[in-house]
Amino acid sequence: MDLYEHQGKELFRAQGIATPRGIVATTADQAAAATAELGGKSVVKVQVQVGGRGKGGGVVLVDSPERAAEEAARMLGADFKGHQVTQVLCEELLPIAQEFYTSILLDRSTGDYLAMMTAEGGMDIEELARTRPQALRRVHVDAMLGMRAFHVRELTGCLPVEAREGAGDVLRRMYTLIQERDATLVEVNPLVLLEDGRVVALDAKVTIDDNALFRHEDIDAMKAAFPIDPVQARANEKGLQYVKLEGNVGIIGNGAGLVMSTLDVVAQAGAHAANFLDVGGGASADQMATSLEVVLSDPAVKAVFINIFGGITRCDLVAEGVLGALERVDAQVPLVVRLDGTNAEEGRRILAEAAHPRIVPAATMLEAAERAAAFANGAAA
Amino acid sequence: MSILVGADTRLVVQGLTGKEGTFHTLRNRAYGTQVVAGVTPGKAGQDVEGIPVYDTVADAVREAGANTSMIFVPPRFAAEAILESADAGIDLAVCITEGIPVKDMAHVHSYLQGRGTTLIGPNCPGAISPGVANVGIIPPEVCLPGRVGFVSRSGTLVYQIVHELTQRGIGQSTCVGMGGDPVHGIGFIEALAAFEADPETDLMIMTGEIGGDDEERAAAYIAASVTKPVVAYIAGFEAPPGKRMGHAGAIVTGSQGTAAAKAEALEANGVRVARTPSQVAELVQDALA
Repeated sequence: MDLYEHQGKELFRAQGIATPRGIVATTADQAAAATAELGGKSVVKVQVQVGGRGKGGGVVLVDSPERAAEEAARMLGADFKGHQVTQVLCEELLPIAQEFYTSILLDRSTGDYLAMMTAEGGMDIEELARTRPQALRRVHVDAMLGMRAFHVRELTGCLPVEAREGAGDVLRRMYTLIQERDATLVEVNPLVLLEDGRVVALDAKVTIDDNALFRHEDIDAMKAAFPIDPVQARANEKGLQYVKLEGNVGIIGNGAGLVMSTLDVVAQAGAHAANFLDVGGGASADQMATSLEVVLSDPAVKAVFINIFGGITRCDLVAEGVLGALERVDAQVPLVVRLDGTNAEEGRRILAEAAHPRIVPAATMLEAAERAAAFANGAAA
Repeated sequence: MSILVGADTRLVVQGLTGKEGTFHTLRNRAYGTQVVAGVTPGKAGQDVEGIPVYDTVADAVREAGANTSMIFVPPRFAAEAILESADAGIDLAVCITEGIPVKDMAHVHSYLQGRGTTLIGPNCPGAISPGVANVGIIPPEVCLPGRVGFVSRSGTLVYQIVHELTQRGIGQSTCVGMGGDPVHGIGFIEALAAFEADPETDLMIMTGEIGGDDEERAAAYIAASVTKPVVAYIAGFEAPPGKRMGHAGAIVTGSQGTAAAKAEALEANGVRVARTPSQVAELVQDALA
């Protein structure tokens, strides 16, 4: 789960990492009042779960409450890179001496954590890593060993002497945050040295491991701030992985790999998927029914392709779920169903006996994809 | 012969007494796997259809001679279960559990370094050596004994592709689902190395998906160290960049980790890359002809 900047900063402050004073605003008036409270000037920052805010006009310096209101009204009135904006953060302006970059993330290639630091802050970090890799210091941190003093010395060694102690302190606290709050990414761009010698995190990008939310109720509650599509919310509630796409063949499958493969095969058959939906392992009849409701709620869907290869999932339960869903939803489009694996024969028998007019059984994944694509492209059911 | 699981596998199931644990353990035993023990703390002395239950993996090793573990315990306890297996001297731990916090896995990863325990998973379907032993949830009906080795990140793609192979009469030596989590046990490289060394495997299949760089690293390894033919399949060409697709293994970030980049890296290193699961079977058939 990607946190908003102000939520990340809340975790920073709880960990003892210094951040600028900031006030969250959800209206232009609140942004004006916040800016007045911060001394009449502020930086107004759009709060979204996506990067590139600076370049995209999502971070603006204002020198009066009126200007803050104008900018907040502009930001709150439009999407930012396709993300709905419901909050802005107004922060005090600080006298900056120098800007740096630092981050710690889970490194899946090595199964440990990668910590990075550079004195060249404010730059596009991927660009820097490509063009001047020697300017970016990298240290791998073993999860059991933790971040040691030598790691910190190596990382902060690229900074001016007067920033090293403060930045080292921030790094240690970032690592503690990673471990204690199950973060998979903590990024500060920029980390700044102020004229008075303090080191402060001007930004906060924090990603929390979804699998670990069960042990962090306070962070789980932060979800409430994110605007969410009601269809998406419905899917998530039932533990379904649903991603809306641009095509017109609704897809339901089990296992991320098979579902992705299904999208690819449908594309090769000449149509495009309307969504990605993974019912997961051990799908119940109820999950299957909800999946169908979620997929059919998209008006673009002209055909549905249900592709199940049962391992831990049992095809008889899938078949019952599909039939159960058809009692709850009035399907106007054909449902091409392909079942294989655990209890597949039983599942196929259940569907055959029901002989539902919307259900089109298919023997193979390829055949099912071709039929679904044909329906989506206008063939008669 | 086969890799990882076989006739000498002596299985202990952690979480045997749970519903899924019982269902799949009995299916594994019915297939011929030697299931020697189960572990559920507090239930020592009980049995599940004649399989004795112990309190600890150490007891299962001492008293029942277990050398392989299969883990079906809930996500919040599963990393601990892997550590317990490693500590008890288990040779191979197969963790089926989905949803383990990645920090817990980073600790497991660190602990396993230099120890004798090989890990498959987590969030994986396990491994099957057709006709010999099955440790996990791969439906055995779709498999056929033979000489093709198969390793996959996705579980359900294992089933799909094995099914396509079997329908063409192409049998498998061992099929391994390594799991899609960001931090996991054996990967493509370890599995390909084992198949390369296995005299009863003639050809390997690897199936990957978007996210990470496991496939790219495997491509370099194949070019340097693999002499047997390799056929690959990558899922996720239609996945839009920057969107999460299901489990944690499937995250696209920018240009790296895309299906196209992975297919290109493999092809550049002499690996035939199929565009559909059915085409995998066709390419294998051609390569073996």
